[in-house]
Amino acid sequence: MVFSFDLLINAVISGILIGAFYAAVTAGVSLSFGILDIVNIAHPAFIILGSYIAYMVNAGLGLDPILASILATPIFYLLGAGIYQIYYVSFEKRGQESLRGLAFFFGLLFITEVVLVLYFGVDYRYVEAPYIGPTWHFGFVDIPLRILVPSLVSLLLITALQLVLTRTFTGRAIMAVAQDQLALKLMAVDPIRIKRIAFGISIASASLAGAFLIVIQPVEPSVGREYIGRVFAICVLGGMGSLPGTVIAAMLVGTVESLTATFYGPSWAPAVSFGFLLLTLALRPAGLLGR
Amino acid sequence: MRSGLFLMICLMVGAAIFGAALMLNNDYYFFAGYVVLQYVVLATAWNILGGYCGYVNFGSAAFFALGAYSTVALHKLYPLPVPLLVIVGGVISGIVGLGMGYLTLRLRGAFFAIATLALAVVLQTLIVNWDFVGGSRGAYIVRPEAIAPFGSYIKYLFLVMMLLAIGAINLARLIERSRLGYGFATIRDDELAAEASGVPTLRLKLIATTISGALMGMAGAPLPYYIGFLQPSSAFGLDYAVNAIAMPLIGGTTSWAGPLVGAVLLGSLQQLATVTISSAVNLLIVGLLLVGFVIIAPNGIIGLVQKYIRHRPVAQVGRRKIEADATGHVP
Repeated sequence: MVFSFDLLINAVISGILIGAFYAAVTAGVSLSFGILDIVNIAHPAFIILGSYIAYMVNAGLGLDPILASILATPIFYLLGAGIYQIYYVSFEKRGQESLRGLAFFFGLLFITEVVLVLYFGVDYRYVEAPYIGPTWHFGFVDIPLRILVPSLVSLLLITALQLVLTRTFTGRAIMAVAQDQLALKLMAVDPIRIKRIAFGISIASASLAGAFLIVIQPVEPSVGREYIGRVFAICVLGGMGSLPGTVIAAMLVGTVESLTATFYGPSWAPAVSFGFLLLTLALRPAGLLGR
Repeated sequence: MRSGLFLMICLMVGAAIFGAALMLNNDYYFFAGYVVLQYVVLATAWNILGGYCGYVNFGSAAFFALGAYSTVALHKLYPLPVPLLVIVGGVISGIVGLGMGYLTLRLRGAFFAIATLALAVVLQTLIVNWDFVGGSRGAYIVRPEAIAPFGSYIKYLFLVMMLLAIGAINLARLIERSRLGYGFATIRDDELAAEASGVPTLRLKLIATTISGALMGMAGAPLPYYIGFLQPSSAFGLDYAVNAIAMPLIGGTTSWAGPLVGAVLLGSLQQLATVTISSAVNLLIVGLLLVGFVIIAPNGIIGLVQKYIRHRPVAQVGRRKIEADATGHVP
């Protein structure tokens, strides 16, 4: 293939935009896995669930998919809080989270996918919105709005989450729960309640990420599986629980994936995130901005 | 029970099952039985790492598919007899297991689990892009109609898988009762304490991933001959991964009997549900059973049975007597 400068610039820009979206997808995992130490491998399944809810609201009521997902966040929050409660009572309290807790989330991942397949079938679903379709052209650079809008909202979401984590009492308590639960108890804060809130927020973010996903590409139930490797690669690379690190790592992975897809073919792109994951684990397990 | 005696009993039970299937004179039983036996091997293999060491492998489908695809690749080069293919598949998957373990096992267990999950995606990407074994289109394997002295080929495959299952169970039982098994158990219970007492944890974990990966590859190696047409999406199917985890966890992870019980029960149930309801619904059943069991019965069916035996009134009388004897009082 002839090397093309236009192609390179376009690939890098779309990689960075997609990266911002990956950051929103990973933010929930950075919260649950990075901060709370809950290996929620079912997170991508909740994202797909979010996509389907956005799809249903969009197809049924004609509401904007991203707006629909914002309206759905309280439901996702309650779902997350409920799941954490089950997880806490059944596994964390008994000290069995490593083996059975993982199996529990794996089961949830599986059940969500199969239920979606049974209900919606395996056809690709897509949403309608005014920003899906048009593309902005700047010289030779093309920016499709269907990628730009979710990316910008993603960055807003990450900024909001970061502000909550660093500026509010609950947010600081969430950061503290990862460091010293006993000290938190001495400050008259119930660590379990804080973890429940944090896990609820983590799942609520999946609702938004799901809407972004279905705006960017058509969705079918097994799409989530591609995101498992990617999401955890980004989370580890970003330094486990650091949101700014997550954004940088997500843009890095997005760019490299986009370059791979452009110059070697899209079928090779899934291998990129795995390569990142293994390299990070082998060379720098603390991640880019690790504590 | 001594290992030799146990092996003899296993072989006798295997022969009895094979004989019974022959008596029924219907190849369907061989086709269905093959799948159940394949799950016995897969579940036992998963349990060697997951149950004994406490390290969760989500990528069972990857190791399984690796075995299947090594058969496809070899079949294109030179058709070998199935038992040899099983060994080759085992060696290749074992090496991949060792490599995976070496890269990730020095970190916390969760990283290993995530890496195995990602491994499945990447290996699938490689296979999809590898035209020699059919790529995304899949590959046809023409299996011989008949093979002497078994008559139909499926009987032969069934027998191979039966021997493999017996081998896997005996290996798991042997490991359980050896120094290796005790080492694995220390890793599962408290890795830090084990390390501090001089248990070579990394080496033991690598041994476990290698054995476990190799057995999974062996279980997958005859698959192309069984289904005749192999494509990446079926070889890497999520149902293999979920069954390999669900069966030991539902049966019980602490002994060789757990995966066997889980695989036979769940495997037969799925064969039944596939025929009577639908294959998507039967996967849902597996998922729900998995979640239900890990929450309600953490020690699986074997654990429930042990608990029941322990809490029987007769047993309690017996225990009271023992306690009384120990203290010197008569109740």
